[in-house]
Amino acid sequence: MYAAQLTELMKTYYMGDNVVRALRGVTLDIPTGDFLAIMGSSGSGKSTLLNLLGCLDRPSSGKYMLGGVDVSTMSDDKLSGIRNKMIGFIFQSFNLITQYTVLENILLPLQYRQGAPTITSYDEKRCIEIASRVGLAQRLDHRPFQLSGGQQQRVAIARALINDPEIIMADEPTGNLDSVTATEIMQILKDLNAEGRTIIMVTHEPDVAIQTKRQIYMKDGLVAGEGIFAYESTAQPVPH
Amino acid sequence: MNTQFFRTVRLAIKSLLLHKLRSGLTMLGIVFGVFSVIAMLAIGEGASSQAQRQVLELGATNIIVRSVKPPDDGENTASSSNSRVLRYGLLEKDYRLLTAIPTITQTTPMREIVKQARYQHRQLNVRIVGCTPEYLTINHLNMAPGGRFLTGHDLDSLENVCVVGSQAAAVLFPYEDPLGKIVQLENQAYQVIGVTNERTASAAIGGSMSGQDYNKDVYIPLTTMKVRFGILNVQRSAGSFSAEQIELSQVTLQVASKEDVISTAEVVRESVERNHPRSKDYAVVVPLELLKQADQIRYIFNFVLGSIAAISLIVGGIGIMNIMLATVTERTREIGIRRALGAKRSDIINQFLTETIVLSGTGGLVGIFLGLMTPVAFTGLKFAVNQFVLSGSSGTSDISRIFLEMQPQVAIWSLPIAFGISVAIGVIFGVYPARSAARLDPIEALRHE
Repeated sequence: MYAAQLTELMKTYYMGDNVVRALRGVTLDIPTGDFLAIMGSSGSGKSTLLNLLGCLDRPSSGKYMLGGVDVSTMSDDKLSGIRNKMIGFIFQSFNLITQYTVLENILLPLQYRQGAPTITSYDEKRCIEIASRVGLAQRLDHRPFQLSGGQQQRVAIARALINDPEIIMADEPTGNLDSVTATEIMQILKDLNAEGRTIIMVTHEPDVAIQTKRQIYMKDGLVAGEGIFAYESTAQPVPH
Repeated sequence: MNTQFFRTVRLAIKSLLLHKLRSGLTMLGIVFGVFSVIAMLAIGEGASSQAQRQVLELGATNIIVRSVKPPDDGENTASSSNSRVLRYGLLEKDYRLLTAIPTITQTTPMREIVKQARYQHRQLNVRIVGCTPEYLTINHLNMAPGGRFLTGHDLDSLENVCVVGSQAAAVLFPYEDPLGKIVQLENQAYQVIGVTNERTASAAIGGSMSGQDYNKDVYIPLTTMKVRFGILNVQRSAGSFSAEQIELSQVTLQVASKEDVISTAEVVRESVERNHPRSKDYAVVVPLELLKQADQIRYIFNFVLGSIAAISLIVGGIGIMNIMLATVTERTREIGIRRALGAKRSDIINQFLTETIVLSGTGGLVGIFLGLMTPVAFTGLKFAVNQFVLSGSSGTSDISRIFLEMQPQVAIWSLPIAFGISVAIGVIFGVYPARSAARLDPIEALRHE
């Protein structure tokens, strides 16, 4: 059973006369319950791959099956629905809505559910459960600027979980955090993965990548290698 | 659905409160726009209702046929210089013809002469009105207690009795009860049998420019007038002499119901036309038609004033659009986050439209509240004008008097309209910023710093 399957995925950008071939045929199978780290230097295509995996963009060619559904040619509105239902996002800079409280931020994806059903007391109860799981039960009425970076990222994780998604997409989730907090956040992600959730994470820190189940290394729009050692052998030397 | 709606509005308010001063100032544009629309319409309404009241005083079911001096063409001047008597106006046979129209319930013929009335050493130029008993009710006059109006018997036996208007009575009898006293009308003695209560003046009608003031009238029986004053109106002034012969100055007809007024007026016009085929020496005045004209004038007036005020509303709308465009740029990242979390383009449009509508709708409500204060504000304005502008000038001109007497009336219908317009402004000027927010590419928006 695969959470996501990519077949010969290509993405080409046209910038004036320049043709940028950001992805040149990526084939990748991500089984359900996987914890995948995507690595690579800037310009390697890892951001483009994450955007495609997160359904924020459509491939120029190739096929992307997400949870058994072909999403490669869906309309913008349908892709929005897929993002809402099947994908949870965690960003490097947290990306919380500043004027909302912690509770409102976590509830935000529910606003965009299909058919826009009213947010019920059941939804709020679930939201509080998830918040206490990531250790935010006492902070529901706080605003993002009243929280530390680690706490903000916990809010983002809770927000990513509220719609019970197929895949969690994490874009450098520990990039803006100190090492102690980064470890805590990684522990939460590992716990989620242990529950059976599929997690795809972009990172350039090998000591973060090594904590995942599987690592792939991107170069020039292609998957250049798999495994942490592939990264070590092809890229700059790893510290310690 | 309902709770969802309130949630959306609440979240929109939250976003607006992020920049309190900015939202407040933007709202102010709409507040003053709505306020000026309501205030302008209130002033227009106040001015026209003054005119309308005067027309209504003529009686909504009445039709007034009045003698008018025909225009001086060559033919007329020749004949009048020959005979030295100008003959024109309604005839008694016109009156008899008019009484035969079936939809008319009451009629009163009337003839008026301006003469001097005298009691002891006090004198006053009055309008002497020769009329019938029906004159009282048709013209909505009321008698002061103690007296009575003319009766059929007074007319039959050519009594020398008169009923005096309230103001005439006040001038001629400042210290006494007028009842039973003898008044001299052009050297003829008339006994006062009653005094009328004060009545507001009615609108000017064909043949006379000034409004009809009933308070300086003296009423005598029509038959007595014919016998005592003759049928000639003679006017002598410094060496010249002119005489007019008018049988009846005016015939007032009362129609059974409002619906019949317009059709009856047609019949009246045709009937009188038959006796006056060549000269246009009479006028048919239908207060109901005047009222319709006054209504039309009011619509035009309101439209013009409202349009001027609407310009300020549009300016307010441009202010909203300006701010929302700035907001969209500033919140590009937020839009990207929402798109990543599953918001469709339409969700983004809804969000920004809700914010502008909340902004303009709240502005509209505050504007309505201020608009309701218009009469109070206008009273203050009148006081200020009276104190500082008019205090220097001697006496008050007509214009300033109209201004001082006018009372703005807030038209209830203008409140929902003003609110609706302010919401519509929010929609119209909010669509473009909202659409440009929705068109943003989610990836680009997320990268925006």
